[in-house]
Amino acid sequence: MSSKICSVPFNGTAEQEAELLKVISERKHEKGSLMPILQKAQDIYGYLPIEVQKIISNEMDIPLEKIYGVATFYSQFALNPKGQYKISVCLGTACYVKGSGDIYAKLQEILGIEGGQCTPDGKFSLEACRCIGACGLAPVLTVNEDVYGRLTVDDVKDIIAKYSE
Amino acid sequence: MYRSHVLICGGTGCTSSGSAKIEEALRTEIEKNGLSSEVQVVKTGCFGLCALGPIMIVYPEGTFYSMVKPEDIPEIVSEHLLKGRIVSRLVYQETVTDDGIKSLNDTDFYKNQHRIALRNCGVINPENIEEYIGRDGYQALAKVLTQMQPDDVIQTILDSGLRGRGGGGFPTGMKWKLARNIVKDADQKYVCCNADEGDPGAFMDRSVLEGDPHVVLEAMAIAGYAIGATQGYIYVRAEYPIAVQRLEIAINQAREYGLLGKNIFGTDFSFDIGLRLGAGAFVCGEETALMTSIEGNRGEPRPRPPFPAEKGLFQKPTILNNVETYANIPQIILNGADWFASMGTEKSKGTKVFALGGKIHNTGLVEVPMGTTLRTVIEEIGGGIPNGKKFKAAQTGGPSGGCIPAEHMDIPIDYDNLIGIGSMMGSGGLIVMDEDNCMVDIAKFFLEFTVDESCGKCTPCRVGTKRMYEMLDKITKGNATLEDIDKLEELCYYIKANALCGLGQTAPNPVLSTLRYFRDEYIAHVVDKKCPAGVCKSLLSFEIDPDKCKGCTACSRVCPAGAISGTVKNPHVIDKSKCLKCGACMEKCKFGAITKK
Repeated sequence: MSSKICSVPFNGTAEQEAELLKVISERKHEKGSLMPILQKAQDIYGYLPIEVQKIISNEMDIPLEKIYGVATFYSQFALNPKGQYKISVCLGTACYVKGSGDIYAKLQEILGIEGGQCTPDGKFSLEACRCIGACGLAPVLTVNEDVYGRLTVDDVKDIIAKYSE
Repeated sequence: MYRSHVLICGGTGCTSSGSAKIEEALRTEIEKNGLSSEVQVVKTGCFGLCALGPIMIVYPEGTFYSMVKPEDIPEIVSEHLLKGRIVSRLVYQETVTDDGIKSLNDTDFYKNQHRIALRNCGVINPENIEEYIGRDGYQALAKVLTQMQPDDVIQTILDSGLRGRGGGGFPTGMKWKLARNIVKDADQKYVCCNADEGDPGAFMDRSVLEGDPHVVLEAMAIAGYAIGATQGYIYVRAEYPIAVQRLEIAINQAREYGLLGKNIFGTDFSFDIGLRLGAGAFVCGEETALMTSIEGNRGEPRPRPPFPAEKGLFQKPTILNNVETYANIPQIILNGADWFASMGTEKSKGTKVFALGGKIHNTGLVEVPMGTTLRTVIEEIGGGIPNGKKFKAAQTGGPSGGCIPAEHMDIPIDYDNLIGIGSMMGSGGLIVMDEDNCMVDIAKFFLEFTVDESCGKCTPCRVGTKRMYEMLDKITKGNATLEDIDKLEELCYYIKANALCGLGQTAPNPVLSTLRYFRDEYIAHVVDKKCPAGVCKSLLSFEIDPDKCKGCTACSRVCPAGAISGTVKNPHVIDKSKCLKCGACMEKCKFGAITKK
């Protein structure tokens, strides 16, 4: 679990909160709706700061520690904001045997951050991900929604450059 | 009526290699040539041959274009679609023969395959329910509701010999029978679908969901009728956005057509399905953890018994089957149990889908009858290992499975044979490794995965896998003794016997199977302090061959540690005490003078 309490100040807007409250009121009586609501909340805010977890706790009448427990259990929930460009390197088996570990190391070297971190300018965040199912194109990385496949270590610099402008 | 249909693969593999742009270019170009009323473009699910994506097929000829680029489209449209001349330079070369183009089904990749679960993938538009209905879709549900009693349905599935395709291989009919009978008068039962395909390297479930989502809905409704449930849930990975979207479309269409909802086919059977998205936890593929997660909790497994057939989701009787299992059900109902049982081996019936990946030519999805040998799958269908390298092992079963060495290439693949040789079927990921892969490193890779994904509930898994990882790390760094290998093995058996759920119980398999077949490699790391495959960095040493070195100085300039010395036009030398083993010099050397050992 790499999640820690967030050091970045929370700056959610009233619109975001209104949207979240609407989602909660629509679904809170559904059985097992906590996960879908947390997913929606993450869509709205980009991550799940403790302030957002508190809103959900109050509205749904679920103890905050349970919400925190769920939010920290699943790797897709982030307690820290992500960079403008989210880079995920697939470390699934098919990609790994084709050298995605080296690509991950190269990205850490170029960006000067470790996996799970964000560059100080907020531009790039880096993480390793499990199989995204594009094993035919291994090794694979994604930048937000863009997928780059059949990579070599030399491709990494160009990909970063593309988003650095 | 259209005179020609162009099928474009819209699966994840081809989408990642840009098939959406191809589709757009194709539609524009067809419009420009005034062919809109003659040629129809259909976006389908996965064809299976992901290595050659993006893929498109032009019917009626059945021409298979591979690795298509947007700039090729004007030529394909003006030559092929307008003038009827196949653009042979863009055609999949396997299909090109001296006297023309042969059918895709005659190529090495497809001819040994037999498609049941994947029968509609790459054939129909998954976003259009009528295309599914046109391929006998929902007929099995109609047959079940109007002509069969629930017990007959269960008997048919039992007789077919279908076993769970998610890994364990439990007889599907048995699961259904228990859920029907074990609790009398349950007020509510549930049918769940495990689409949380977490094994890295397996993507058949994703392909079924993307290419043929209705087959899963139909099968779940059949299961609901058989056990007496009215509500189903599909738990799907959020990492599969295309699959999620197509499932949403499919569920809405099925409701519109009255194939889900109240009084299906005018009978008094009602059934509906909800979608639940996973959030990236491998353990949620375990059945009790999956149900805990749907309930909105941390996805930790529960002790069994009680089994889900008695107390599952929300404490009600529940069945959980995986996507590929469901994909077989409608065909079994329509063609009969005997038809299905006629394929496969004595105890494993039907077909199995494998996701071929790693060091193999034709990466992609293949469906073969149970009992096909590994050699057929890897050498014939998969096209063998690239770059003239030697086969070392095939890994099946993901982090729960093991590595199969060359000596077992000829055993027929089925559930029991794979367990017999220390691996398991798992969900069907099949990763091929060549001589450049280090088996200790692979075992360590899987343990790193398990340590990360262990939910933390039981000690053998939480602490034990971590200790295993540390021991493997010690071995790959050359700091271990032979006694450590024995300790590692002992720990493996302890964890296997004591972990709470399948994740922990199977976590030692990658280590045990590599110890069984590749103990030499472990010993080389420990005793000789060498990594025979040249993977484990701490054990490598880089050397410059003075006969090949021309003294160009490229290596000494690129070395970040200043470990290489020498003068122009004279052989250089690496100072091993300074060398960081980064390999930069080797990449830079144009003369192949630097080797790692």
